[in-house]
Amino acid sequence: MSAELAGLVLDLVAKAAPDAEAEVTVVRGELALTRFAGSAIHQNVAEDIGKVRLRLHTEGRTASSATTLTSLDALEALVERTIGAARLRPEDAGWGGLTPPSPLSGEGNYDPATAAADPGARAAVVRAFVDAAGGLETAGYCRTSETITVYANSAGQSVTARATAAITDGIARTCSSDGVARSAAVRLGDLDGAALGEHAAARARLAADPVPLAPGRYPVVLEASAVADLVGFSAWYGFNARAVAEGRSFVELGHEQFDPAITLHDDPLRPDALGVPVDAEGAPKRPLPLVLGGISTSLTHDRRTARQAGAESTGHAVPGGERFGALAGHLCLRPGPEGPDLLAGLDRGLLVSDLWYTRVLDPRTLVVTGLTRNGVWWVEDGRIVRPVRNLRFTQSYLDALAPGSVQAVGARAESIPGTYGEGRTSTPGVRLASWNFTGGAAD
Amino acid sequence: MPEFDLASAAVQAALDAGAHYADARLTVRRYESMSAHNGDIEDLTQDESAGIGVRALIGSSWGFYAVPDPGTAAARHAGERAARIAQASTLVPGAPIQLAPVDVRQDSWANGCEIDPLSVPLSEKGDLLAGVTATMREHGADIALASYDAWDTRKWFVSSEGHRIAQHVRECGAGMNATAVGDGETQRRSYPGIRGHFGTAGWELVRSLDMPGNAARIAEEARALLSAPQCPPIETDLILGGEQMALQIHESVGHATELDRILGWEAAFAGTSWLDLAQLGSLKFGSELMTITADPTLPGALGSFGYDDEGTPAQPVDIVRDGIWVGALAGRDSAALAGLPYGGSMRADGFNRMPMVRMTNVGLLPGQHSLDDIIAATDDGIYMDTNRSWSIDDRRLDFQFGCEIGWEIKNGNRGRMLRNPTYTGVSPVFWGSLDMLGNDLVYWGTPNCGKGQPMQIGHTAHPAVPARFRGVRVGVTG
Repeated sequence: MSAELAGLVLDLVAKAAPDAEAEVTVVRGELALTRFAGSAIHQNVAEDIGKVRLRLHTEGRTASSATTLTSLDALEALVERTIGAARLRPEDAGWGGLTPPSPLSGEGNYDPATAAADPGARAAVVRAFVDAAGGLETAGYCRTSETITVYANSAGQSVTARATAAITDGIARTCSSDGVARSAAVRLGDLDGAALGEHAAARARLAADPVPLAPGRYPVVLEASAVADLVGFSAWYGFNARAVAEGRSFVELGHEQFDPAITLHDDPLRPDALGVPVDAEGAPKRPLPLVLGGISTSLTHDRRTARQAGAESTGHAVPGGERFGALAGHLCLRPGPEGPDLLAGLDRGLLVSDLWYTRVLDPRTLVVTGLTRNGVWWVEDGRIVRPVRNLRFTQSYLDALAPGSVQAVGARAESIPGTYGEGRTSTPGVRLASWNFTGGAAD
Repeated sequence: MPEFDLASAAVQAALDAGAHYADARLTVRRYESMSAHNGDIEDLTQDESAGIGVRALIGSSWGFYAVPDPGTAAARHAGERAARIAQASTLVPGAPIQLAPVDVRQDSWANGCEIDPLSVPLSEKGDLLAGVTATMREHGADIALASYDAWDTRKWFVSSEGHRIAQHVRECGAGMNATAVGDGETQRRSYPGIRGHFGTAGWELVRSLDMPGNAARIAEEARALLSAPQCPPIETDLILGGEQMALQIHESVGHATELDRILGWEAAFAGTSWLDLAQLGSLKFGSELMTITADPTLPGALGSFGYDDEGTPAQPVDIVRDGIWVGALAGRDSAALAGLPYGGSMRADGFNRMPMVRMTNVGLLPGQHSLDDIIAATDDGIYMDTNRSWSIDDRRLDFQFGCEIGWEIKNGNRGRMLRNPTYTGVSPVFWGSLDMLGNDLVYWGTPNCGKGQPMQIGHTAHPAVPARFRGVRVGVTG
């Protein structure tokens, strides 16, 4: 039905503006999320998703519109509105053209059972999380989603992709501490609510009764959730081709800007990747190396930035990307070799679970301020000595990962859901030579 | 009206499926946004959405289901699904939810709007944005951006208690910024604020901003910042401009006084609050100059409405009075649990999201002084304005905020420009150091307040004035 809808919109455009280049995206599916707090489900929501997006380029001008309405009248109005808007715009010299016919590598990672998951299935995961916390107060969510995307354009590209995702993210709480556990997967069946609840509770107990620590520079082991923040900011602010073109990015391709232990890919085709394997411009997503052995290697492009740079789209267009560029959504930091635990090499320093409310002070230097959250511990001779209170940091992520700064990369990657529930990052923890803690959070 | 009939069908279906309370919002929204980059229009988006969201209450949990493009059958289906979802929550039950009483109304409301933003010709809007970005480029900006956003939202609300409320809310706003790229860093200046200025108003608001008259200035300031001295790492008296005060209120007072956070309902993501309900009415939040209200009745402010999204009529609520914490932002469920008399702060980001506690217009009562008075009364300090970065802990207590621009204040005079100004503090200590309040009141609109899971973007406003704080740590760098 979505394919017919997309074809109908293209036909309507062809009748109204025969010379227009047009692309239509129809997204359908369901998003459901079961939230719990105080160890009880308190908000349980779901939505039937249906949206049609049209972008067209006519007489040298570009406009886009979207609607949730799918009657013929509504679709005719969508076409008329979009053509009218385009004709009133100034010329768009940067138009990147439409994606030519190009097949996808596959339809996407999809699990029918997850697509059909009912609120009872999500409640069961929550029940297991709560029970495994051993009486500690718990809070968090279990989410499932099904997305079916049809993309078609007047240049002949026509693809259908589908994906499912399941995420559980929760905390367990003592009177003085929180512990967190989170995971993202294609299949709800791969999420073990009990194991996550047990882990969160164990971490909360280990973090109980924290003591203050003087601000300063300390070596750190960042667990996977914290590393996901470094990796994401590096990609979105740095390896975004638009940011590079505007001079806002630190990236210099071919330069050793990271420690040799850092190899970072965007890989949307892994069997555990979340999301559909087609970008917002209908381009097939494909793996892209961003950093190889510490050397900055590639940028993420959509068709607009690719045309300006004389390059090809890398399949990273996102809705609304005209304003902020092309973004990587399937980041994978390559694990290090098997070896001693990351903590084993930490003589005196801090183990950090999670980072919170991180904000970029300057994109060129990638200086970020934020706080630790969900557990911080003082470590001596590779062993946790005591929990410490949350700390504020002001740290250049680029400096933290610079050549000579990464002492070790963990051997096992975890699947960390995106902060806002979209996408995920595959990353291990890392041990860094220095992290600049600039204040103690007031507990 | 057919909209009320659809919403009523959804509510009845939820009741038939076992809900002991249900409500439904049918929402039709049109959204338009345009952006310009270095003299060219780079994006124009015109979206419309229509759908119905149904909330059903069974025991200790809300169930919510939303469908786009509804007919009667789809509306009934949404009501049934909402009740079934709530029923499934009984596998992990809590204490039963009660709802604070509210007057049941059948009414309609619309905000004032002189010039419909969606009827203004695109050519006029495009000329404005392209023109100011071209001007910024001519005056030293490497990257010049400008944009506007406009929303036209019609809502029909029906509850099982008998509410039938129609509302028509028109909102718009615009802004621009200039970025200068230097050797290893960037500097940015924005106008009127970090992402503009917004209100429940028509295009007359955008025209009143005088963006063309400020484009050259901010570009020149961005360029000048590249060679300005760094804000020193010291403890000093801090004067904040009104726009940064709006951010300060939003992050450290508004979110901290949301009752769902205080009750732990947002503990896993947005966080909790350092405030303890047992201290309501006695806790010293700040100095005696600090009086903050949440008032959704302010004409033209972005957080204004006639009724919130569970049918509670808008009315002002004291949050902090003479420095003492006295009130909270709440919904009917959280207010009943906490024993507060009033909800009235529940809003949803579109038909497909469940209403949650959101700030309305949370702001300061103004003082007596002009900004010049405050500067003249300051021997040694720093004046900062226009937010650039913001970070605060999950209890809304420890913060570090950065501004785009600062100036030294020496012997009552504004001196050198300073780059990368930041300041940090602990909320009650910081607010306790407030000793001068300005009188230049602006209802700063914030159109991007993120909260909830799935994420919702809320529209709030913050009446704010310039203010002075004593002995603040500034100049934290990486």
